[in-house]
Amino acid sequence: MFSWCKMMKSQTIFAVAALVGLGFVGTALAQDYQRPSVSGIGSVPSEAQIAAWDIDVRPDGLGLPIGSGTAELGEEIFADRCAQCHGDFGEGVDRWPVLTGGQGSLTEHRPEKTIGSYWPYSSTLFDYIYRAMPYGEAKSLTPDEVYAISAYLLAENEIVERDQVLNQDNFAQIKMPNQANFFADDRSKSEAYTERCMTNCKTEPVTIVSAAPELDVTPEDE
Amino acid sequence: MTSALNRRRFLAAGAASAGAVATGTLTAGAAKAASPFEMKEWNQYLGAGVDDEPYGTPSDYEAHVVRRNVPWLTADSVSSINFTPLADLEGFITPNGLHFERHHGGRAIVDPAEHRLMIHGLVEKPLVFSLEDLKRLPSISRFYFIECAANGGMEWRGAQLNGCQFTHGMVSCCQYTGVKLSTLMEMVGVKPNGKWVMAEGADAAGMNRSIPMEKVMDDCMIAWAQNGEALRPGQGYPMRLVVPGFEGNMWVKWIRRLEIGDLPWFAREETSKYTDLLADGRARMFTWVQDCNSVITRPSPEKPWLDRKGFHMISGLAWSGRGAVKGVDISLDGGNSWIPADLEGPVMPKCLTRFNLPFEWQGQEMLIQSRAYDDTGYVQPTFAQNRSVRGVNSIYHNNSIHTWHIKPDGKVENVQLV
Ligand code: HEC
Repeated sequence: MFSWCKMMKSQTIFAVAALVGLGFVGTALAQDYQRPSVSGIGSVPSEAQIAAWDIDVRPDGLGLPIGSGTAELGEEIFADRCAQCHGDFGEGVDRWPVLTGGQGSLTEHRPEKTIGSYWPYSSTLFDYIYRAMPYGEAKSLTPDEVYAISAYLLAENEIVERDQVLNQDNFAQIKMPNQANFFADDRSKSEAYTERCMTNCKTEPVTIVSAAPELDVTPEDE
Repeated sequence: MTSALNRRRFLAAGAASAGAVATGTLTAGAAKAASPFEMKEWNQYLGAGVDDEPYGTPSDYEAHVVRRNVPWLTADSVSSINFTPLADLEGFITPNGLHFERHHGGRAIVDPAEHRLMIHGLVEKPLVFSLEDLKRLPSISRFYFIECAANGGMEWRGAQLNGCQFTHGMVSCCQYTGVKLSTLMEMVGVKPNGKWVMAEGADAAGMNRSIPMEKVMDDCMIAWAQNGEALRPGQGYPMRLVVPGFEGNMWVKWIRRLEIGDLPWFAREETSKYTDLLADGRARMFTWVQDCNSVITRPSPEKPWLDRKGFHMISGLAWSGRGAVKGVDISLDGGNSWIPADLEGPVMPKCLTRFNLPFEWQGQEMLIQSRAYDDTGYVQPTFAQNRSVRGVNSIYHNNSIHTWHIKPDGKVENVQLV
């Protein structure tokens, strides 16, 4: 191919020759073709690059950064960075999420699911606050600050003492009161509906018990 | 160009006011309805050229076909949801601009040049990919529905929102193009104890979810395109996770990290949220699959029959996160008797499927329902069935048979029955 190219004198001859040349090489390629496996794409990250992003924390404590804090310290940071939405004690301002209280409400008509009443693992608190809060300025807290704020929220939920120092070694050991109430999806057993009734499916007359227009909460276009 | 257009507008305005005279037609006065048979502006004058709209937009006459939200649902529209206008959609594909959006930290605007996907953890060789890197890999294009686990969640205690946009519009269906996660997993070499994958987004919410390796290897993808074009920012541009049949929250948008581990993470979105509280105070977790569900989109509160007796097509959408829709039955009497509807096709697994049933309406009052079943044999349950197992506080995974009340005047209302 290349030796052919060198001999070319004009554009026209070049074009014709290229076609001929390609035809020849293409045949050879088709015969020799072997489907390659994927390789050589992507690059290996450095330890530092992984560490910069690897912020997740698991219930067994894997991922907890070195640091510590107490509820006493956390109260101040919370007042400064969180209370405008979540309230001074995590009670929630207006419609912003409630973070404390609600214990014993899970079977009530209006359950209040909070860190104290619902969350199964303390690690989730660290993982979430560190990555997502304060809302509007995520990932701006230091590990020490997150330990302190978490300690404050756990103390307000009466799960740890106000003066307890929480750190990378004891944070994951905190037992959350509602943990035992969680279980893995069992719908394939408890909700295995297979009956496809076609006629006389209702034993009693059908009556309307609620109609959306009565509530009148559907948004309307201006 | 500009002057030509102005002239056209000027002429059009004149023609409109003098319409009846100019065309010399029929009835005069305010009562005269515009007739399709009169001369129209567009019959005579030139339209815009090919250079005024580099990226096309819908007709102005379709301006009502938009996503809407329910302001009272959330404290802030930045962590909230909008709904797809299902009643106005045809077929089974959701146009990109009408795809519902749910963000936890707003719609992130990500520069692809500054974005990377990192895969690390229990692997032989951690790797980082740019968008360009991913696009060099073997890709596939697949049709899948995505549904927020909270779709229908406002209806647990009774009929609440009057419109199928609001009762069922947290579902969309698109063709996704991307690389299979199994390809990426083979490239990094998952260690034998790598049983779970944590997916994490690059947005301010840093959304993270744990996904079992079995699902990851089965049919998950990292997609960069939706319906033939790059993902929209609201859908995770430049790349998102696709987890077919599983709740939308797991389809992490703006995805930047996959960590392989031996255990799940129990992130906030799989503990505090997206767990299903039952009446006895216990809660189901890892309720990933979106069960078989359906809704009649026409007639609906948005598409009433309004005194139009006679022939109508009853039409709607069905889907199942477990597989393909096998069939849909329609009841006109609140669930006492059922008629098999026609599936329009193509019928694909984990994909919206359109169903239709022609109907001659004599103006009678009706309670119409749709009931889908899938190729696993699962049949969509009633509200009574779902409530008897779950109570009314589970928020998520409401796939109960839905009822529209067709009134004698053709108006349609969202109702619930016993
Ligand atoms: C501007 C208002 C605002 C501020 C300030 C704020 N948050 Fe939040 N917080 C929110 C919103 C909104 C959510 C829910 C986000 C979502 O929908 O995903 C939330 C969720 C949470 C949750 C999870 C609640 C649950 O039940 O799942 C925790 C915990 C939390 N915030 C802690 C904090 C802490 C700690 C701070 C201070 C460092 C903080 N927040 C500051 C608005 C705020």
